[in-house]
Amino acid sequence: MTELLTVEGLETQFRTREGTVHAVNGVSFSLREGETLGIVGESGCGKSVTVMSILRLIPSPPGKVVAGKAIYQGKDLLKMSDEEIRHIRGAQISMVFQDPMTSFNPVLTIGRQVAEPLEIHMGMSRKQALERAAEMLAMVGIPNAKERLNDYPHQFSGGMRQRVMIAMALICTPQILIADEPTTALDVTIQAQIIDLVKRLRDELGMAIIWITHDLGIIAGLADRVAVMYGGYIIEMAQVDELYAHPTHPYTIGLLGSLPRMDETGHRRLISIDGLPPVLLEKPNYCPFAPRCKYAVERCWHENPPLMSVAPEHQVACWVDTQTGRER
Amino acid sequence: MGRYIARRLIYLLVVLFVVSAITFGLMHAVPGGPFDREKALPPEIIENLNKRYHLDEPLLMQYGRYLYDVFIPRISATPPQGSVDDDFLITVKLGNVWFKWMNFGPTYSSRSRTVNDIFRQQLPVSAQLGIMALLVAIIIGMPLGILAALKQNTIFDYLGMSVAIFGVSVPVIILGPLMIWIFGVTLKWFPPTGWGAKPPFVLGIFPRELGPEFFRYAIMPSVALGLGSSAIIARLTRASLLQTMREDYIRTARAKGLRESLVIVRHALKNSLIPVVTILGPLFAALVTGTFVTEVTFGIPGMGRYFVTSITNRDYPVIMGTILLYALILVIANLVVDIVYAYLDPRIRYD
Repeated sequence: MTELLTVEGLETQFRTREGTVHAVNGVSFSLREGETLGIVGESGCGKSVTVMSILRLIPSPPGKVVAGKAIYQGKDLLKMSDEEIRHIRGAQISMVFQDPMTSFNPVLTIGRQVAEPLEIHMGMSRKQALERAAEMLAMVGIPNAKERLNDYPHQFSGGMRQRVMIAMALICTPQILIADEPTTALDVTIQAQIIDLVKRLRDELGMAIIWITHDLGIIAGLADRVAVMYGGYIIEMAQVDELYAHPTHPYTIGLLGSLPRMDETGHRRLISIDGLPPVLLEKPNYCPFAPRCKYAVERCWHENPPLMSVAPEHQVACWVDTQTGRER
Repeated sequence: MGRYIARRLIYLLVVLFVVSAITFGLMHAVPGGPFDREKALPPEIIENLNKRYHLDEPLLMQYGRYLYDVFIPRISATPPQGSVDDDFLITVKLGNVWFKWMNFGPTYSSRSRTVNDIFRQQLPVSAQLGIMALLVAIIIGMPLGILAALKQNTIFDYLGMSVAIFGVSVPVIILGPLMIWIFGVTLKWFPPTGWGAKPPFVLGIFPRELGPEFFRYAIMPSVALGLGSSAIIARLTRASLLQTMREDYIRTARAKGLRESLVIVRHALKNSLIPVVTILGPLFAALVTGTFVTEVTFGIPGMGRYFVTSITNRDYPVIMGTILLYALILVIANLVVDIVYAYLDPRIRYD
């Protein structure tokens, strides 16, 4: 499979009054055609900032992408002109945001907002665009789509709004859909519906997806590959089956151990990870997970481990082989 | 919407009633009377004057008489006599009878003038000045605020906000004479004093022609009066637009690939104007009613003077009339704001 998007050494910082926050510290990954990549991690680990940086949607100031490349169709998204990136946003790479309540403009009709990308990228007339928008809304399962074009966002429920958001993101049939925790703000039953919808649309339209979440359960059923982020680093990356079968980084083990499992017999205590997520005010010269890690050895406190291959398509950033407890 | 407006208009009546009662009570509670002079008038004359203006009656009866004259319409077979006691603000001929409504009474300061005469001749001038000042405030304030917000923390921002601070801190009583001296006397761009529009007025408020003559006189006092408000609008517009630009839906608009100018015009401006519209109501009322200093400075024949002097002179009908009028303007301005609100923000629907 060819690589659609290649991100290399992405670093994003925020200048705040307390100091520089190192939100993303050299993240590299690639996305292949038609593939779904899951990015998981707890709040503040840099997963949203990573994708926002790629589309250059980081509010600047205070945010700034200080290093790295994001190659899409042979061009670096981070270096191209504002006009060039504008033609890619919404047309070739589009985004679905976390909160469907606040991500729509409250004073414009749904029709206007969904049709807007067609008007600016495809040069369609308002009327044509609205017709296409109605089709798209029907496709994502909005009943009476045509009549609802004239409704305002507050007239839709949260789940319906997220469907509309997906319709708006996919209306120009982009190559890449970036979904930034699109189900976090929704009820569990609605979550399942939205995920089924995205799967169906992926099969119909064939776009690649970057799906950000902190919910490992969602990723298991949706993604092809998973990147686990911690403290602004990718600390483990693997095919989805491999990751769930052989989690290797202590943090990933902890995350999976903290999930209840349906296929388990007998009683098992859920594991919790002690300690707090790292403060990102300094870029550590040690493993960012070391303070919370029960496997940590001397070396973890001196040297930040890079991603190392442990199996085909499986990389982990850890000095310790968690299977044997020995240093690598 | 119709029902909502109807309900608000009924509230308006209640407001006017309460305002009239409080004003009536207060002005009679203040010591002194309309005919107190430094050299006291002979008691017989005072007695006659009191009798003439029904001031010898019990207060409650005077209040009832006032309400009756103002609020209860009359139908009579005789045309208006043009006398002080038969001067109604609204007189309509219906077939062969006359419908007369709203007699605000005489003014004690002149034997032949009524409060309605002030409403006909002076109020329109003040209203024109107030509307012009509001326009000045909006035309200067909004672009200044938008510019400052979009160029946040640049020279444009600091310059714009300095102008705003200047506008707020320099009162009309200083700005007015300065402008007269610079633009009226030295440069001779505008006539230093006076007002271009003369009665009668279209619809009782608007000048007959909005020509250069009107604007030549109107520009200086409108700027003097409106500059302070333009500063308020500028600061509010800036704060509101900055806030709006941080909203999630602005990020959504950018993620869709909209040009930044379109993001601002289509997605940010309308939302950011909602708080600005909110203050336009009270601001308009303040501009129409707060014209006293401007009118005195620029020699404008408006009603600010009557409003202020009526209180020191205990000119009861003028006090009542002007206060009720101002209450009416304030309530109606707020009603208009609420209606505009519903238009701007679809989440607000009355009924």
